[in-house]
Amino acid sequence: MYLTREEENILNGEYGTTLQKAIEILVALGDIYGADSLIPIKSAQIAGVSYKTIGDAGLEWISSLKGTVKVPSVLNPAGMDLEDWAGMGIPESFAIKQKEIINAYSELGIRVECTCTPYYLQGFDLSLGEHIAWSESSAVSYANSVIGARTNREGGPSALSAALIGKTGNYGFHLDQNRVPTISVNVECDISSSDYGALGYIVGKMISNKVPLFNLKSNPKKVDLKSLGAAMAASGSVALYHVKDVTPEQLHMNFDTPEETIVIEEEQIREVYESKASFKNNCDIVALGCPHCSVEELEEIASLLEGKTVNKEFWVCTSREVANNSGDIISRIEKSGAKVLCDTCMVVSPASENYRCMAVNSGKAFNYIPGMCKIESMYATLEECIDEAGDRN
Amino acid sequence: MRQVIEIRIECRSISKGEGKGPVLSTKDPISFLGTVDPETGNIIDPNHELHGKCIKDSILIFPYGKGSTVGSYVLYQLKKNGCAPSGMINIDSEPIVAVGAIISDIPLVDRPNVDIFKVIVEGDEVIVNGSEGYLEITGSK
Repeated sequence: MYLTREEENILNGEYGTTLQKAIEILVALGDIYGADSLIPIKSAQIAGVSYKTIGDAGLEWISSLKGTVKVPSVLNPAGMDLEDWAGMGIPESFAIKQKEIINAYSELGIRVECTCTPYYLQGFDLSLGEHIAWSESSAVSYANSVIGARTNREGGPSALSAALIGKTGNYGFHLDQNRVPTISVNVECDISSSDYGALGYIVGKMISNKVPLFNLKSNPKKVDLKSLGAAMAASGSVALYHVKDVTPEQLHMNFDTPEETIVIEEEQIREVYESKASFKNNCDIVALGCPHCSVEELEEIASLLEGKTVNKEFWVCTSREVANNSGDIISRIEKSGAKVLCDTCMVVSPASENYRCMAVNSGKAFNYIPGMCKIESMYATLEECIDEAGDRN
Repeated sequence: MRQVIEIRIECRSISKGEGKGPVLSTKDPISFLGTVDPETGNIIDPNHELHGKCIKDSILIFPYGKGSTVGSYVLYQLKKNGCAPSGMINIDSEPIVAVGAIISDIPLVDRPNVDIFKVIVEGDEVIVNGSEGYLEITGSK
């Protein structure tokens, strides 16, 4: 792999051990993946934040680093709401460690914003073709597909290294030839809202890490694509997809139609809802916002909760910045007894383990909750989730 | 009379440094998270071929890593606890083990230019040189 004179100097330790290790990581990964060089990135999003996931070893390593990130950088969701962790049922011993991890990242100049939706944040606007180093699988999918920016699914240490150096290896989805669709997915029925998450859940499992080109009968909004991509990245490992006549890269390039085709019928989507329908009325928690809610999604939830008082634990997850900009909407949601949680989510927080069965409208959450939180999950539309929460009024 | 055999095998450098130790080899990929106890270096996964063995100070040979990216931090913890291998050899390194080896200063090479599983014998002493990209086997017949 070609390195510039300055990159060689960093590798030789002339700028200290932190940068030396960071560039060693980038170079080793670049070699593994056949990168010809390192390329500058516009921003970084770093995984490995929840104390539940990285533990004392991760905390120790991050604390050992010295330096400042070269590009705007944010974090993945943490294991708890950084302000209201007690209200979530998180023990103080966990909270102390979680805050130490956040501080260690903050010392490196990383913005303390813990979210899987960095594209909603100030200073993180992104355009077609721009190169970034993001880690969270749904964020990677959104950036690549809905915006047409370019990123691989970076690991925690590699995204952190990329942030410290300001570059990442020029391989994978940074290259034109790897962004071409490799399979067509024809969806035979009209779909809306949570159907997109169900679709992603099915398709991810079927295609693993191919690049699908969707032919849809419906017209997806960006939040629909957000659900689709998140689910496919969770049940499969799809990091990039195209939607005919919708997604920007597909509109700009003339992709050949892939030879391989799969067809999705209405029954398959229905089956995702039906698979756990036996839990209807028996869930003890409802959790929305996987990925984190946009302002529009918060408004929709607030409207549906109007006049209600929920009878079950009810979480709405979003980024702190979006919440801070939506004060009125948050108040309306919380008036119903629902909790708006920031910095975290139902998948990575140990607080989920306190329940038995979680109602979700997210294909990603539906996929991860049983394995990661050891509880059941039930798939439902947003309206059905609201119903599931009951009403004391 | 026993004959001492020394073989040098060219590899690809992944993580710098040099380490030496007795060979411990497996054809089972290793997921460091869940398979290895970071406090002792013992293989605790009952489904793994090396169950019951200890990787501390060994030259650990395995095809590649797998599983959670947190596995990188398990390697770091092993090193901090003094229970890490002296060096590692992969057939084809992947990011979890590559990054783990680099942040922990454990020498790692991959792509040996021979079938390493056919050449290595239990009891061999091996040197892994991650800086230059080779390994050296000292065995006896």
